[in-house]
Amino acid sequence: MGRALPRGLKLAKSMDSSVKEMQRGMPATDVGDPQYFHKVVDCQWACPAHTPVPEYIRLIAQRRFTDAYMLNWESNVFPGILGRVCDRPCEPACRRGRIEDKPVAICRLKRVAADYRDDISDRLPAIPTEGNGKRVALLGAGPASLTVARDLLPLGYSCTLYDKDPKAGGLMRTNIPSFRLPEKVLDEEVYRIVDFGVEAKFGEEITSLKSLLDEDYDAVFIGTGAPKGKDLSLPGRKEANDKIQIGISFLTSVAFGHVKKVGKRVVVIGGGNTAMDCCRTAVRLGGEDVRVTVRSPRKDMKASAWEIEEAEQEGIPIYDNHSPKAFVHENGKFKGVLFEIMRAEYDDNGKRKLVATGEEVLFECDDVLMAIGQDNAFDWIERDLGLEFETWGMPTVDTKTMMSTLPGVFFGGDSAWGPENIIVAVAHGHQAAISIDLHCNGKDLSENRPAPGHSLISQKMGIHEWAYENDYADTGRIDVPHAELASSLKDLKVEVELGFDDQLAFDEAERCLNCDVQTVFTPQLCIECDACMDICPIDCINFINNAPETELRQGVRVPATNDTQDLYVSEALKTGRIMAKDEDVCVHCGLCAERCPTGAWDMQKFTYMETQAAKSCQRNLDAYVHWSKTR
Amino acid sequence: MSYIQKPTAFHPALKKNKLGLTRRDYEGAMSTLCAGCGHDSITAAIIEACFKLDLPAHRLAKVSGIGCSSKAPTYFLSRSHGFNSVHGRMPSITTGANLANRDLIYLGVSGDGDTASIGLSQFCHAMRRQLNMTYIVMNNGCYGLTKGQFSATNDKTSPSKKGESNLFEAIDLAQIAIQLGAGFVGRSFSGDKAQLVPMIEAAMSYNGFAFLDVISPCVTFNNHPGSTKSYDYVRGHNSVLDKLDFVPAEEEIEIDYAEGTTSEVDLHGGAKIHLHKLDTGYDPTNADQAINTIRTRLNKGEVTTGLLYFDGREQDLHETLGTSERALNQIPISELCPGSKNLAPINDRFR
Repeated sequence: MGRALPRGLKLAKSMDSSVKEMQRGMPATDVGDPQYFHKVVDCQWACPAHTPVPEYIRLIAQRRFTDAYMLNWESNVFPGILGRVCDRPCEPACRRGRIEDKPVAICRLKRVAADYRDDISDRLPAIPTEGNGKRVALLGAGPASLTVARDLLPLGYSCTLYDKDPKAGGLMRTNIPSFRLPEKVLDEEVYRIVDFGVEAKFGEEITSLKSLLDEDYDAVFIGTGAPKGKDLSLPGRKEANDKIQIGISFLTSVAFGHVKKVGKRVVVIGGGNTAMDCCRTAVRLGGEDVRVTVRSPRKDMKASAWEIEEAEQEGIPIYDNHSPKAFVHENGKFKGVLFEIMRAEYDDNGKRKLVATGEEVLFECDDVLMAIGQDNAFDWIERDLGLEFETWGMPTVDTKTMMSTLPGVFFGGDSAWGPENIIVAVAHGHQAAISIDLHCNGKDLSENRPAPGHSLISQKMGIHEWAYENDYADTGRIDVPHAELASSLKDLKVEVELGFDDQLAFDEAERCLNCDVQTVFTPQLCIECDACMDICPIDCINFINNAPETELRQGVRVPATNDTQDLYVSEALKTGRIMAKDEDVCVHCGLCAERCPTGAWDMQKFTYMETQAAKSCQRNLDAYVHWSKTR
Repeated sequence: MSYIQKPTAFHPALKKNKLGLTRRDYEGAMSTLCAGCGHDSITAAIIEACFKLDLPAHRLAKVSGIGCSSKAPTYFLSRSHGFNSVHGRMPSITTGANLANRDLIYLGVSGDGDTASIGLSQFCHAMRRQLNMTYIVMNNGCYGLTKGQFSATNDKTSPSKKGESNLFEAIDLAQIAIQLGAGFVGRSFSGDKAQLVPMIEAAMSYNGFAFLDVISPCVTFNNHPGSTKSYDYVRGHNSVLDKLDFVPAEEEIEIDYAEGTTSEVDLHGGAKIHLHKLDTGYDPTNADQAINTIRTRLNKGEVTTGLLYFDGREQDLHETLGTSERALNQIPISELCPGSKNLAPINDRFR
């Protein structure tokens, strides 16, 4: 205690010294900058497509599933798919996860919107019967290209979609097993776009970019992914060729029904999400002793925590620190994989080194699935077209416009900068579509990019009544019900996760903290009565002398140690102090505003949307931003 | 008043005290006072002080009378003992409770109406008897619960919100307290927790009658430009005598003030108060000087705050009366009750 300076007899005197204090302190926060409050909405900020998560979660709580679905569909194109298999960057970002240990089940709520929505056909953008005369080639029918097609078709572009596989979907179809993503869900969302009027050239592999360019497209988008599974050249590899399959090729063969059975004993090499899909698929195809082996310690595995968890729930053991050394044969017959046991050592900088312990172990098996990563394959792009490549064989692509060094040729998804995930591919697709539209209209791709839409509107409806539910739900994260293990392990097509029913969805939705409803402070109204500071359950509000940021972060009631979260700083108040709010763990309960006698605090809904190429593709998003504006 | 409960969630890095409790564990029900009420700030200061004192909730008895201020005990330490008594009768209830159980810490919460009008005599006699308690007056100069009529502590110069002038001189409870034998007298302001929290800690650690007059603006009726109990007026006319640091027993703190301006005051239980004097000529153990200083400054329109008076003897009523060292509930019935054989001669004495 005891930091406050004694107050002089005259207010003017203390004002004087505080002005000096101000000069060395933080500047007041500019809440007019849309990115300031956007950053407070952690989930939306973390989502590559900036889906308005809290808004659709509220819609789900109101049982407005179709509206929730449309906000998603417009932002991220594949809500039903992503609601099952998204990498969910929003969840680790969720503020709730910093208050208790588990974030809101955002991904699973998205699925609820998809599961319970009504028919949406009358809400889809109209496709003009007359085209605009521009032709765009989209290579690879995965999420990136499909997004580009969705964004450009309503503008009258003619889109030709190429894929080497007979059906659209890309990795979503070939690499994600149907027990995680049912074909029906996939087909519906993928073919919705194809049926907008894409000219489909499926089952055709492009072998030369040059000859494609000769067809005089106005723009070419390359979304061919990272289709080449990595291999390991170890002793005995060649002899065991018929026993070893590359993970993604195996999954593709399963997806198209070419592979229906595996051996009883299967060893999976690799610790990523593909390895998890491989082992779980193997169990469903007759594998009785399926093991996952990882070179690194378990905590360093690349797979998402929940995918590891689900594999283990199905009884699949994970052997970490197992580095494959050789494929062993006995009497001319394949016997198994020999592993070296590793140990992780860390130097002073925390850098890891894997050291062989000298111990070895042989895992006898019938089949090996190799899931150790994927590479891009651009051998079909001639190097003399003016399209530059980096040293690692990756094309040079502008991070903002998605254009390569060859004007009119764009990249997106995994083919731009290597393996990422579906939602990143969608975000790339939106940006590429904007660029393609600008390019085809002869406009500069950087200068003419559209600004995001946003608004900030009071949620006050009456005394202590808000247009959102501000009561904090003190409940833990709800687990998604699963199908019975015995039956789901028997059939590749049985979806493991059953999804939330509407009651569970409501309960989970109530856990959302409504981080888009912002605490907005008007310093001119503040009488410094401390009421907000006293009521704040999280101790995030402070009335304090201004100081440089590092000092201020230490000086607040609970030190603001999370540097990724901003301090909201006001102009100087009457006493010369400032209001400083640590945004980090604010639960947006609105009690600061309820206990404020002068309305210096208000709860205001911040809306934000990335502007896309076609306005008709974001009518619901647009309404979400502008309804709020006019309310 | 808010319709929702205060969220149970708290900052994951929130400090814990020696009992492993956070500040949040010392809270009570949601306040139903007006938004911005100074009383809520004092409530928050009491919560903070009890948290810092590592006080187990069951060791505290909170006692109050009637009024906005007297509702406040509901809003802190919901797991403590409490008694919401008749208007102005809080000192009697506390006296009774204290005589029966001297092991509890007694915190009386009252207002300017409850103390300076209906309960004035009770207040005076509790002080005169040196009852071991902390007596906090949440002083806003008006009857907030009945639409803001002047209370007896409202300055004569301070008109009502609608402009009627005040006809009567104000009672200065702090001066009365010094005159009537309160051993610890402090004044503070609800808007200055840096001063208020250590003052409450020290007062609650004092053995004897500790009186705190805390100016607490009534945002609804007495926070207007003419008021002398508004946030702005008190901030602009706050004449601070000294700044306190409360140092619990067995703890040391660094003092970085200029030599000669800091004195140390020892408390009964081993705790200390470090007094950083802003007025080096002021001696809080001198009652005459205290009253003189308060009066002189009051005449200039200033509000004197800080530790106004301190009596190091820390005498309390139990010592004066020579009562049992044990709380009555700790004495077995065989000792408490003399039995009919011993009772008969006692009764005979009164026949």
